[in-house]
Formats: sequence, C-alpha cells, structure tokens
Amino acid sequence: MNKKIISFPHLGNYYVPISFLLKKVTSFEVKPSPPITKKTVELGSKHSPDFVCIPFKYNLGNFIETLENGANILIQAGGGCRYGYYSEVQEKILRDLGYEFEFINLIDGDHFTVKELFQTFKKLNPKLSFIKFAYYTLLTLLMIRYMDEIDQYIRNNIGFEEVENSFSELQKQMLDDFSKTRSYFGLTHKFLSYRKKFRKLKINKPKDCLKVGIIGELYTSMEPFSSFFLEKELAKMKIQVRRFTNVSYLLYQKKLHRKKMLKYIPEYCKYTIGADGMDNVYRSKYLAMEGYDGIIHIKPFGCTPEIGAIPIIRKVCEDYHMPVIFFSFDSATSDTGIKTRLEAFYDMLKERKDRL
Amino acid sequence: MNKIKIGIPKALLFYHYGDLWTHFFEELGCDIIISPNTNQEILDYGNKFSVDEACLAMKIYMGHIHYLLDKCDYILVPRIICLKKNEKLCTNFSALYDLVRNTFQKRIIHYNIDVGKKEDEAYAFTTMGLELGFSYRKIIKAYKIAKEKEKIMFERRLSRQKAMIANSKGLKILIASHPYNLYDDFIGKPIIRLLEENHAQIIYSDLYDEKYLEQDVSEISKRNYWTYNKKIMASIHHYQDNVDGIILITAFPCGPDSLSNEMILRKVKIPIINIVVDDSKAEAGLITRIESFIDILEERKGKHYEQENH
Repeated sequence: MNKKIISFPHLGNYYVPISFLLKKVTSFEVKPSPPITKKTVELGSKHSPDFVCIPFKYNLGNFIETLENGANILIQAGGGCRYGYYSEVQEKILRDLGYEFEFINLIDGDHFTVKELFQTFKKLNPKLSFIKFAYYTLLTLLMIRYMDEIDQYIRNNIGFEEVENSFSELQKQMLDDFSKTRSYFGLTHKFLSYRKKFRKLKINKPKDCLKVGIIGELYTSMEPFSSFFLEKELAKMKIQVRRFTNVSYLLYQKKLHRKKMLKYIPEYCKYTIGADGMDNVYRSKYLAMEGYDGIIHIKPFGCTPEIGAIPIIRKVCEDYHMPVIFFSFDSATSDTGIKTRLEAFYDMLKERKDRL
Repeated sequence: MNKIKIGIPKALLFYHYGDLWTHFFEELGCDIIISPNTNQEILDYGNKFSVDEACLAMKIYMGHIHYLLDKCDYILVPRIICLKKNEKLCTNFSALYDLVRNTFQKRIIHYNIDVGKKEDEAYAFTTMGLELGFSYRKIIKAYKIAKEKEKIMFERRLSRQKAMIANSKGLKILIASHPYNLYDDFIGKPIIRLLEENHAQIIYSDLYDEKYLEQDVSEISKRNYWTYNKKIMASIHHYQDNVDGIILITAFPCGPDSLSNEMILRKVKIPIINIVVDDSKAEAGLITRIESFIDILEERKGKHYEQENH
C-alpha cells in the first residue's frame, strides 16, 4: 500500500499544535489540508446538503482538497451541536465521490475520555506507549494554552502597532518555533521569550480606545477566513478586541466555569442552551458590566444553539443599553455587505462614545 | 377555590406528549387550555416574536405561546436535553424555556428532563405537580394513569395503521418527519391533503413500534444521536419494503434534519423526495412536486404489475 499521509481540516492557527501532536504520536507523514481559499468553500458547498451550517462546508472542502493532495487518513472531531454528526455524513459524501481513505473520529458523541483517545492513536501506531502519548498530549495542551495567551495580547494591541505587520510576522516566527519544541522546559522558555518580544513591539495606543467584544459560535470565531477576517477589519479601525472562544476554553475552561456563569445570569438563563449559547449570554452581560463599547455576535447561518441564544442576548443588551450587531455568515455572504455594516456600527460606536 | 388554568401550546412537543400531558392534568383536576390549530394569525405573531433564522416549527410555537398569554395562569414549556443516555435532542428544546421566559413575561411550569443528570420523565412530572401544590401520592397516581392512557391511544393508532398496510392495494406513501411537522396545519397538513386528493394511502413515520429501534437505525446510520431523528430513520427502514415511496418533510432550516436527511437520501433505495417547507407558502410549487412524484410512483408500480403478469 502507498505511504500513509494523515490530514485534518483547518481551524485558525491550530494546525500547528495538531500536526505537532500527530507527528509525535503516529509514525505517518502529517500534512494539514491546504489553506482555505474561495475554491475550498465552493468545493465544499457543492457537495454539501442545502442548509447545513458553513463549518460543514469548509471542512468538506478541506477534506476534498487534502485528498486530492495525497492524504489517505482523515481526522475529524465532534461534540456539541450538529458538529458531532458531521463525521458520518462527511465520510459518506466523500466515499460516494469515489475517494479511498481511512476516517478517524476523535470524539464520539459528547463524551470523550483520555482512554478512548489513546486507543484511537494506538490503532494508528501500535508501538505507542501510554507514557509517550500522555507526555505529548499534555505538551500540546500547554502549547495551545500559550498560543491562546499570546493571541489575547495580540488582539488587544494589533490595531495600534506602529510598524505594519510587525505583530503577525512575529506570530509566524513564534508558531514556527513552537512546532520544533521537544520539552516542557523548552516550550515555556520559548513562550516567555516571545512574550517579551511581543511586549517590546512598539504600539501607539490611546487610553480611551474603542473596546469591542466578539461573541458567538466557535468555528466562525476561530477561523478567520469564515468570518471574512473580521478581526483584521476591526484592527484596521483601531479597535481593541476581546474574544472568549479559543481551544483552551473549549477543552477545559468551559466545564469549570459553567456553574459560575449560570449564577451570574439567573434572571436570563436557568439552564444551559447547548453548545456555547448560555456562555454567550453570560459574556454579553459581562462585557456590559466591564464597560465595553459594543458587542459583535457572529455565527454561521442556521446555527441552532445561537438562534436560541440571540433573543436572550438581545434582551441583555436592551437592559444594559449595550450596542450589539449580529452577523450571520453563509457561503454566499459577500464581504462588501459585511464591511458596510461594520463601518456603520463603528460610526455609531464612535459617536456614542464622543457623546458620553 | 378556582381551578388552576394551564395553557399548553399546540406545537412542537405537544405532538409527542400531548396525550400524556392532558391526561395528567385532567387527572389532577386542573383546567387545560390548548391553543387551536395553527392559523395565519398565530404564524404572524410567531414571526414577530422570533429570530428570522429560527426554524418554522419554532416560529409557530412562539405564536401559540402568544395566543395563550392572557388566557391561563401557567404555560407548560418543556425543556428537554436528553431522553436516553448518550442521545440528545435539537438544542432548540434546551433553549425553549429560557427563550420563552425572556420573550414573554409569563409564569412557566418547571418541566426539565435530562437523563444524563438522572432527571427523567417521572422526576419532571413530580416537580411540575409539586410546583402546582399537589401531594406526591396524587401526582404519582395521575402520572401512572396518564402514561397508561397514552400507551393505549398510541397502540390503537398503530394497529389501525398496520391493518391499513396489510389490506390496502392502492399507492402507499410513507411521510417521514417529526410529529410536530406532520400534524401541523401549516407544515405537513397541506401535503397530506394533496396526497389524499390523489388517492394515496398515507403511512405516518411516528406510528412505529420502538422495539427494534436500534437495529433498524444501524442499517442507515451508526452514529446518529438525535432521539427523534433516530426514530424517523428507524421507521423509514422498517416501512421501506411495504411502501411505494417516501416523502421527507423538513421545516426550514432544521439543524438535525439537514444532516440526518442527507444520510437518509443517500442510503434509501426506493423513490424518495425531501420537501422543505418555509413560511412563504408557495402552493403551486408544492402541488407540482407532489403530483409528479405520484406520477412517477404510479408508473413504476404499473411496470412492476406488468412484469409480474407476463
């Protein structure tokens, strides 16, 4: 049989830790799917069901392109809302298209345990020992955490950089360096030195800049292409951005904070709404209390949990006099429409701030 | 003392548990007010009080709640996360309670099922009864009686359908969807009426004995985890040898259906169409599609007949 090449769909910059983990625990070549382009989306939408949410179309496009590229083992995760059922339908669609491959599902349903994950990897690499698996999984988790921490700093300051692209170039360097990590000590060392470097980058930040929180569905929050580079647009407008959703949040913080969040918003939510619905209600109240200037809510078209949450978020924003804008992305959405709405929102925020 | 008036919206889960709820409250001696069948006014109010992108069934539900607002003391809005271990419902059903509470200012009865956290149906009925001020004994008795009555009614309908399958010789069509789509006046009823006008025998997907559910589902999908969609899949697999064609009805833009129906369309080998209903009410398109589908089925059936006779 041919050489085995393992591949997975994109999610922002997280292809770095994921391919790091896969490289270390399996003996195969790892090849992330080609970067997302307009063509990826077109390919994905062409073979997808009509009104499925866009992450499905993006993922499917990724899979098709990577299969064309020679990959023959595909990896998909699951859990949450519709996401848990992606894998079976995608596998069926790809097989009907005539591709030959192995399909691996990391998370079965909502519950995933370390043991199951280990067994999945053990199937790929029979020689894998549990100690090695645990070592690299934890190292990857740490890497994701460090990435997210640096990301937060970047988001706060990238709009105010003096030298253009200085932040994104340094970030690229950092990701490169991170993927060569071997040990915990080395990783921490790299993280600290890069944090220092980031803090040394010159910024020109006024004290009363506009602050905006991005809430909403997880894929559109984390994959910049799917939100038409919303965060970049905001940076161009010199707005400080706060975003809550990242992989470390999804992996462990979410569970730890659930009770606290429900206690914070008893007048709005008695129960969880599914996926990140209740979290977003909590965030909108939190952002209002913290004195942010506005909220941007993003989601793919037809995202069920967010549709359940939107009326509640609207009510929170009404009660706290918080400007809020809702974006719903589909494969047919045009970036001009989004830009226009965003600019209008920006003007409104600015006027409001000047008046106060 | 005045009797407690409880409003039950005739939409969504009413079509799953309506019998159970009405019998339970009747047994307890409450007054029940059930909203009428969906009409234009209800749909208009539903559109007004819900997000544009919410699914049609959900919009209709909000309209029913609006109808009940000033007619009762409490409204029953169930909140269900999961009914079986490792299975789930659409997240709309977990959001419903808070959604209604935040959109309308109205007292809602506490009714929460989450089997994953050991809160099953009996627990939900108990908390509901206690909240209304009844004693444990009365509640449990009422629940048992209601459950029995529900079972009897379901079996009566099921056996009627079985008899129909065995006896009728005409064109048999399975219409598969969630009960709240099938029996709603604005989603499934127009389609059913059209089929009846064309003299087709209708088999309903929700009338299905769940005894062999897991086995039936696994023929179509191994990983589906939506309880209601699993039932639709199982029922399709169960009936597909006895019918001439299948009509899938989906309310636009239903989340679970979008994936689950794709799976069904790709696996089922007999004629099948997927009809997506939204609130635009374009009757002409619907008529054309249904009639041409029936034409195809009749021709196909005729050919089979010829082949058998020669």
